[in-house]
Amino acid sequence: MLKLFKYLKPYLFPVIIAVGLLYLQVNTDLSLPDYMSKIVNTGIQQGGIEYPIPSVIRNSELKNIEKNLDDINLRHLQQIYKNSDSEKTFIDINGKLSEDFIIQFSKAFILSKNMGQLIEGQDNNVIIQIGISLVRAEYEVLGIDMQLLQSTFILKTGGMMLLMTLISVLCAVSVGFIGSKTAAGGARKIRSEIFEKVESFSSAEFDTFSTASLITRSTNDVTQIQTVIFMIIRMVIYAPLLGVGGFIRAMGKAPSMGWLIGLAVVILLTIIISVMSIAMPKFKKVQELVDKLNLVARENLSGLLVVRAFNRQKFEENRFDSVNKDLTATNLFISRTMVTLMPVIMLIMNGLSIAIIWVGSKQVSLGYMQVGDMMAFIQYAMQIVMSFMMLSMVFIFLPRASVSGKRIIEVLETESSIKDKKTTTPLPDKIKGEIEFTDVTFKYPGGEVDALSTISFIAKPGTTTAFIGSTGSGKSTIVNLIPRFYDVTSGQITLDGIDIRDLDQKTLRSTIGFVPQKNVLFSGTIESNLKYGNKNATKNDLERIVKVSQAHEFIKQKDEGFNFPISQDGTNVSGGQRQRLAISRALMKDASIYVFDDSFSALDFKTDATLRRELKDSIGGKTVIIVAQRVATIMNAEQIIVLDDGKIVGQGTHKELLQTCKEYIEIANSQLGLQE
Amino acid sequence: MSQENDIRKQNKPKMGMGMGMGPGHGRGMSGEKAKNFKGTMSRLAGYMSKYKIKIIVVIFFAISSTASMIIGPKIMGNATTTLFTGLLQKLKGSGEIDFKLISYLLAGTLMLYLISALFSYIMGWIMTSVSTDITYRLRKDISHKMNKIPLNYYDKTNHGQILSRITNDVDTVNQTLSQSMTQIITSIFTVIGVMVMMLSINWMMTLAAFVILPLSMGLVGKIIKQSQKYFKEQQASIGNANGHIEEMYGGHLVMKAFNGEDASIEKFETFNDSLYKSAWKSQFLSGMMMPIMTFVGNIGYVLISILGGYLAIKKAISVGDIQAFIQYVRNFNQPIGQLANISNVLQQTAAAAERVFEFLDIEQEISETKTPVENINSKGEVEFKNVHFGYNPNTPVIKNFSAKVAPGTKVAIVGPTGAGKTTIVKLLMRFYDVNSGEILVDGNNIQNFTRNELRNNFAMVLQDAWLYNSTIMENIRYGNPNATDQQVIEAAKAAHADHFIHTLPDGYNMILNEETSNISQGQKQLITIARAILANPKILILDEATSSVDTRTEGLIQNAMDNLMENRTSFVIAHRLSTIRNADLILVMKDGDIIEQGTHNQLLEMSGFYSELYLSQFDKIN
Repeated sequence: MLKLFKYLKPYLFPVIIAVGLLYLQVNTDLSLPDYMSKIVNTGIQQGGIEYPIPSVIRNSELKNIEKNLDDINLRHLQQIYKNSDSEKTFIDINGKLSEDFIIQFSKAFILSKNMGQLIEGQDNNVIIQIGISLVRAEYEVLGIDMQLLQSTFILKTGGMMLLMTLISVLCAVSVGFIGSKTAAGGARKIRSEIFEKVESFSSAEFDTFSTASLITRSTNDVTQIQTVIFMIIRMVIYAPLLGVGGFIRAMGKAPSMGWLIGLAVVILLTIIISVMSIAMPKFKKVQELVDKLNLVARENLSGLLVVRAFNRQKFEENRFDSVNKDLTATNLFISRTMVTLMPVIMLIMNGLSIAIIWVGSKQVSLGYMQVGDMMAFIQYAMQIVMSFMMLSMVFIFLPRASVSGKRIIEVLETESSIKDKKTTTPLPDKIKGEIEFTDVTFKYPGGEVDALSTISFIAKPGTTTAFIGSTGSGKSTIVNLIPRFYDVTSGQITLDGIDIRDLDQKTLRSTIGFVPQKNVLFSGTIESNLKYGNKNATKNDLERIVKVSQAHEFIKQKDEGFNFPISQDGTNVSGGQRQRLAISRALMKDASIYVFDDSFSALDFKTDATLRRELKDSIGGKTVIIVAQRVATIMNAEQIIVLDDGKIVGQGTHKELLQTCKEYIEIANSQLGLQE
Repeated sequence: MSQENDIRKQNKPKMGMGMGMGPGHGRGMSGEKAKNFKGTMSRLAGYMSKYKIKIIVVIFFAISSTASMIIGPKIMGNATTTLFTGLLQKLKGSGEIDFKLISYLLAGTLMLYLISALFSYIMGWIMTSVSTDITYRLRKDISHKMNKIPLNYYDKTNHGQILSRITNDVDTVNQTLSQSMTQIITSIFTVIGVMVMMLSINWMMTLAAFVILPLSMGLVGKIIKQSQKYFKEQQASIGNANGHIEEMYGGHLVMKAFNGEDASIEKFETFNDSLYKSAWKSQFLSGMMMPIMTFVGNIGYVLISILGGYLAIKKAISVGDIQAFIQYVRNFNQPIGQLANISNVLQQTAAAAERVFEFLDIEQEISETKTPVENINSKGEVEFKNVHFGYNPNTPVIKNFSAKVAPGTKVAIVGPTGAGKTTIVKLLMRFYDVNSGEILVDGNNIQNFTRNELRNNFAMVLQDAWLYNSTIMENIRYGNPNATDQQVIEAAKAAHADHFIHTLPDGYNMILNEETSNISQGQKQLITIARAILANPKILILDEATSSVDTRTEGLIQNAMDNLMENRTSFVIAHRLSTIRNADLILVMKDGDIIEQGTHNQLLEMSGFYSELYLSQFDKIN
């Protein structure tokens, strides 16, 4: 999973900025309760007076205070005198004032009023509160508009709150911008890396991974990673910052109540974890059951004819029903487990508020904290709890994403087993196209037995070499070795005397016109599919080739002709038509070697025969290699090779083989009914 | 094909991260719309009417739970006020904090919250049972329907679409019922309740809180609209990219053979780029929802703080009221966001439900005859009389087909691809009904039988050897559910399958895997033959039963089929003419009509189409 982060490198700088922005956001978010507590404490309770130091004071009063201050604090005080007239002195209280100075001043103020007995053994908070009430009294004497003072303070603080909330939303939106760009960009990079990687794979890698799994890895798994990148940027960084920041501020307000938050978090996590550990394994089971449900339904659909022919509709319904019941029961269990979560979480959060008020009110009464601080504390507590909830959700999501990450890395770290050599042999301009197998042995990756053993033959230009044998005898395997879809395990294959492993793969393949066993067409039109063989082909080329491949008739019948749209996998044309289009595609290529891997099976005998005759005319001078099931298809080949269990058991012409090869005779008999 | 479709369906970006991520995520974003919203929803309501009482109970608990949740902050606020005034009095030296009252108030609040949690749990509990039950019923109905729909429906639909109705669409409906429905109820009551509570505290502050409401609604609505646009774009891009991936991976060999790597990668990059663009935009916009909601919420919070502070000075409200108000404003945002998104969620649900109902509404096979004929001792005589048929009435496949087949005859049907050979047997088994003409079995029009009764006369062996994920024993027993193990084994012996079954691990109890790929094609075919033997039908249909197996296995299967065909009327369709030379009657079809009929030798003598077809396989043309 971590390995995937290297694809995010181009986004390192924006992500660092995002972290900075998140830090800013957390701070602004957390400052809000603080401002609110100021409104309550200072604005309402203290009438808008922040410090127990008046901004203006009668000179007579000031003298009394100065008397009660020690030298250091006296100097401090004198430093912040702004100006004075005969009656009163103005003091600058907007600058930075040390806590000690504030308390000392407050004490001095109280002592100057001969109220020393009030503060004996009292908490600093109480001293400040009394100091503030003295300031208020002083202001009243001086005739200052107390209402204006109070409302100005509230408006000022409110304005700050608005500013903070604006900064917060700007940060959040910017982080969202960076996060989504990073997530989508990282996903794009990973997706294209995988795709390029898979395109470089040989058939061996496709066998080990399976096509379906490669598709999911390139699609769903990448989407998972994209989501998780976004989540990491948005939540994994934000939540701890919020939690820690909230905790620090909460402790600043009331260190003695920290345990309440700790307790709530522990209870909450215990509940989330235990609910999840009950539900999680069931999630997996649900997935299995959904797969099972799909399987049963798919079996029913693919076997519709059989189901109806044997009157087993009821049986199929029951089969579906039993999985459906299992699935429903499991889903019900999960839902019922999960519905406990929300009410319990709400209860814990509300319970926490109540507990804070209860414990907090005792503290307030003792003068350890103010009411506004308690209210702020509740909000910090909620933010801390939220951050833990966010994190626990991330940890529910992460394991799933890390599975996806692992699957992606597996693909990226796999190297194609077939690679070009560093220095490849160039092919001469004019090649003959002679293919020679010398003692070729081949074993599929992970296979236990050799699929081919010591195969030797020469396929000469101007001749047809045909392979026949039962399923699994290795016919297709042989022809798949020629374009290097797999590499031989031992022995060698040469093209005009050059070992094909010394050639560049693309050069090698450009000399081969290949018709695979599975006739895959790509979505597009008939024309685009044919041009896949040669993108520079002209209309005349197309016309000429489809006449050879016996496709012209059905193409002519389509209204759109060559522009007839082909759906994905070519499902909208019949098997026989698909086969003929695949043959045309290969013929479009000006190759030296043509390989037909069981390419005539879906054709009826007549079409098959005509096609072969046309082929003889158009590519008779090339090397032709045919794999076939039917004897009829190949009986005129110059060379027929009979395979059994990966070994050559007969080699020669039809006539020769009928004399010498018992396997061939067996096949010919069963198909042609020729007893002679 | 079906599997690919599943994959594409699953690719819907699942962004809903549940609680904490705020409302409006994921669900409801895709902007799908039902064609007939009202009709679909009322029909869904019809499905729910069975649970009327339960739903009324749910609504009751939802209201009660919401109500207690809403009263809580107000009482808690009173506790704070008591503390605050007590404190001020204490500072003035004129009184003490009334802890007794505070403790009562707090205990009361706790009670309310406890009740609320309990009720909300009960509500969830009941609602999940309703929604899972409806889900179960919908799936069951689909499964039942699957086997009632005429086959021509399936010619036009791919399996993936049907499967996605069973899983994805039903799931969407389930989610709405279990979550969104309770959400809607509680959201509405929360909004109303909170409004009442706010008003009871102070109308000016309520007004301030509501000033932000249109702002909140408007912003959310705008974001949803914008992000829907990009979600759709993203959906399309994902479709393109995934389509290309599936296609290229599926055709990897062809791509390699034609050196198509570069072109393929180039094409992929354009898809990937447009996916990137729509992906980040949709994610950005949907991710903006939460911060913006919070922002609007915070504006409310600030307004309350300022106004509350101002009013508190004027002694119009208390400090506890400010606290309660702040909690209310916070409670307010989420339901508003949810309500703003409701129409989208409902639309999406309706779209999903509509697809389910569409499937359930497909016209069924024409109903059975009211007065069915019984056919207990079937002889196996078959007659086609001037049969006309087309899958699509405008393009006839079978034109005026007539043939009479005596009991016990082996009939071979040959002809080029597309001649209508398979269609004949599908008509015979009444998978499709003839357009005109009639088909008689033992002298009775097949439409006078019930389908079950008619099909009891037949057994089929098809080219595509369909088996299912179960043991070999059960797969053979599929032919006759009442057969004993011994009878199954006898059938396997007759099908020459007994021997190879014994060589398999677990023998008859070996479980075929999900792709039924753990035995060979030939072995599968032998099992389907055993299955047909066990069914012991009067009429047998073999449609290209050996064309996908190699010649050696074919010999074995041929023997098995000969056993099977003994004393039965059989219809054999085959490409390989060698397999049908010994048929009693060969029907040569071309373009939906019989052009020649007779035995192998008779037909060869005619030197017509058949003999041309037959000789072409020896390539005597050149």
